Amino acid sequence: MPILHTVNKSPFERDSLDSCLKFAQGGASLLLIEDGVYAALAGTAAEPKIKAALDNLKVYVLGPDFKARGFSDERLIEGISVVDYAGFVDLAAEHDKVQAWL
Amino acid sequence: MSEIVKKFMYLNRKAPYGTIYAWESLEVVLIGAAFDQDVNLMFLDDGVFQLTKGQDTSGIGMKNFSPTYRTLGDYEVKNIYVDRDSLEARGLTQDDLVQIAWEDFETEEEIENIVQVIDSERARELMDEADVVFSF
Repeated sequence: MPILHTVNKSPFERDSLDSCLKFAQGGASLLLIEDGVYAALAGTAAEPKIKAALDNLKVYVLGPDFKARGFSDERLIEGISVVDYAGFVDLAAEHDKVQAWL
Repeated sequence: MSEIVKKFMYLNRKAPYGTIYAWESLEVVLIGAAFDQDVNLMFLDDGVFQLTKGQDTSGIGMKNFSPTYRTLGDYEVKNIYVDRDSLEARGLTQDDLVQIAWEDFETEEEIENIVQVIDSERARELMDEADVVFSF
């Protein structure tokens, strides 16, 4: 499997998501963690970026981080899959490598 | 207690949990309130995420400090402002935010919710009126 990209910064504050999406190859995966989970929220100014990315990438969000910030799964952009910590480990193991966008 | 009361503005621009800013700000706000200063909080940019309802940190092993915001009224904090543009850019409305009640125990004056969503012009005025701005 190709690369698992992780983004842990808010898309409203940093350009980590933008850089990740610019360089991620089609077929790669994107896992949103920590403040990166705000990119998974529907109805935001960042939503078009994720919607476009969903055409080429698999997009995951770390459920505990999303929940910690006050959001339930129905606030997610459609097409994003929720994983827990065990799922994070599985994704890391399934992919050739993990690339973190800090 | 000091006779000089200054108008303090605490400017919150960071999301909670990802960094320590939000929690640190809350600590300093409570100290300011304990010293009987005129405490004002403003939430803009990612700072608006600090006030979201329903935060549940049980899955991430961190302290959920969001219930503390709801007690600010008890510390005689009366002015909490949220920038409307910041909310809208994040797909949020006031319904997504906690309510913070305030009561004057002497006069029994009550305010159901002191969280005010304001436009940027009002925010600009409030920053201008403050004697001191603390940035987080």
